[in-house]
Amino acid sequence: MDKVGYGGALSKTGQTPIAEFRAVSKRFGDVVAASDLNLAIAEGEFLSFLGPSGCGKTTALRMLAGFEAPSDGEVLLDGEVVNGIEAHQRPVNMVFQHYALFPHMTVAQNIGYGLRQRRPRLPKAEIAQKVGKALDIVRLDGFADRRIWEMSGGQQQRVALARAIVNEPKLLLLDEPMAALDRKLRKEMQIELQNLQRQLGITFVLVTHDQEEALSMSDRICIMRDGRIVQIGSPRELYDHPQSRYVAGFVGSSNFFDGTVVTANGVSASVRLANGDVLEGSMATDLPVGHGVCISVRPEQVALAREGEGLPVTVQNRIFLGEHTEYLVKHQELGEFLALSPRQSELADGPFETGDILLASWDASAALVLERN
Amino acid sequence: MRMYATCVYLFLYIPIGVIALFSFNAGRHASQLQGFSTKWYGKALGNPFVMDALQTSLLVAFTSALLASLFGTMAALALQGVRGPVRTVFDMLIYVAVMIPGIVIGIATLIGLVTLFDQLNPMLAALWPEGAQAPRLSMGLGSLIAAHTMFLMALVIIIVRARLAGMDRALTEASSDLYATPFGTFRQVTLPMIFPAVLAGFLLSFTFSFDDFIIAFFVAGSETTLPIYVFSSIRRGVTPEINAIGTMVLGVSLILLVAAQVLLRRGERKPK
Repeated sequence: MDKVGYGGALSKTGQTPIAEFRAVSKRFGDVVAASDLNLAIAEGEFLSFLGPSGCGKTTALRMLAGFEAPSDGEVLLDGEVVNGIEAHQRPVNMVFQHYALFPHMTVAQNIGYGLRQRRPRLPKAEIAQKVGKALDIVRLDGFADRRIWEMSGGQQQRVALARAIVNEPKLLLLDEPMAALDRKLRKEMQIELQNLQRQLGITFVLVTHDQEEALSMSDRICIMRDGRIVQIGSPRELYDHPQSRYVAGFVGSSNFFDGTVVTANGVSASVRLANGDVLEGSMATDLPVGHGVCISVRPEQVALAREGEGLPVTVQNRIFLGEHTEYLVKHQELGEFLALSPRQSELADGPFETGDILLASWDASAALVLERN
Repeated sequence: MRMYATCVYLFLYIPIGVIALFSFNAGRHASQLQGFSTKWYGKALGNPFVMDALQTSLLVAFTSALLASLFGTMAALALQGVRGPVRTVFDMLIYVAVMIPGIVIGIATLIGLVTLFDQLNPMLAALWPEGAQAPRLSMGLGSLIAAHTMFLMALVIIIVRARLAGMDRALTEASSDLYATPFGTFRQVTLPMIFPAVLAGFLLSFTFSFDDFIIAFFVAGSETTLPIYVFSSIRRGVTPEINAIGTMVLGVSLILLVAAQVLLRRGERKPK
């Protein structure tokens, strides 16, 4: 198994990572905001830090930007340690959560700000041309002389994006850039951001607490909790092979049944549940016999039927979702859990009504044996 | 309640209105109106003593407002980085400086400076080469400007700090993220954003210094500012000329105060 942080794209290609954390920790007084971060970001990838607020994801981003210096360890950009390098000397740009556009400047002046700081100075014509191109990329041509407060939230976000990409940074940092947008606009911007990233080939590092956002846009997701990296992987890996209950619950939703390992062979295990039943499951990490674990089953893996084998359950609630129907079912001893039935299976057997007594079952391969934490 | 408030305002503003009214009095006496005339304005502006005092007042007001805005802004910026008990002490001292009665500042500054000068003058005399006349420090323009600058600085600090507090920290971070040096950030982002507040602080300081009588009375030495001139003339009786001077000072002060208010309002307007 890969060591946490060095998995995925890098080990395969062997190229120098564009950015890297080596055993990085950050403390603010007694508060540990980030501890022992190890992570390599490959050139051109779209990486997301995902976690609840206070998990250290923003601190990690700010250490890349140069706003915070690590308390321990090394931050590298393009193979060089940048611990002591100030933000204004790093070839990195950031899109701030509330955009942080300069209110006393026009849109064009905002976008050209980074270019105007270059020494030796760039010719005015070149700045104007680059600003024009950036406006074009974010589809804001014609807005150059607008004032910031005349722009809508979505437009302001594009200005912030243009202001960052016009400098052709090695790394584009995005600090919850979508948080202030409404749902529809957010969807649009997600697609736009992804296209932009492919078009420009710039490495994007996104911080978000929105799992949907991270899943839909990222090449790799780095899941954080209490200042630590919990798991890194592609959205599919994280969804299909979570290594802990935390990840399984954070990426998508899942049903968890507590139990104890009875037999284990390193790949799969049998687990005795609270009601005495013994279930098979595949193991993400090697866990010894007698260890307290939980079995994780995604709701869409739970099949409901009127006849056959399975756990006897009662339908508590039914939510029609169009192509799927979500059932909340209750087992006498294991408690409530969710099942997501596709339309087709319902046509054969259902639809099930509240109060129906059914049998719930799943493939042993769909059940994951995970640490309880 | 409304009646009560109206009475208070009438009580406060009627005397001022009367002064403005009588400044246009054609007659010689301050007690009876004898038709409209602007001759007292002409007389006031033609009086060399008044013009001298006005010049002194303008010089003092301009210099001390300028110094106060400069030092006050610097102090406000520096205080941003100060936290904990040091900050608390500074905050208290600033408010004390604003609220303390002028007479206390006047007397304290006078005693302080006189004591200091008594110590310094012999030293200067000793340090000076033989034969040459050593300079003697004494009360005058310098001490007046210094005293005014001191208490106006507190005012500027309060105004500028309020503006700084309303400024998003992310703006300076964005600037440095976009390759601006710390000084570049100050010049291109911080200063333009706090400038309305600095200018408002300057205008308010100018007004306060220009109108100040009490502190000036103690520390001006032999210099005569306009309020001091007015005070000394009143002892010879209130003439419509004094009313005219008062009305002009009032007019200029009001314009500056309104300008400062407008600047502060505009500075506070947040882009949506």
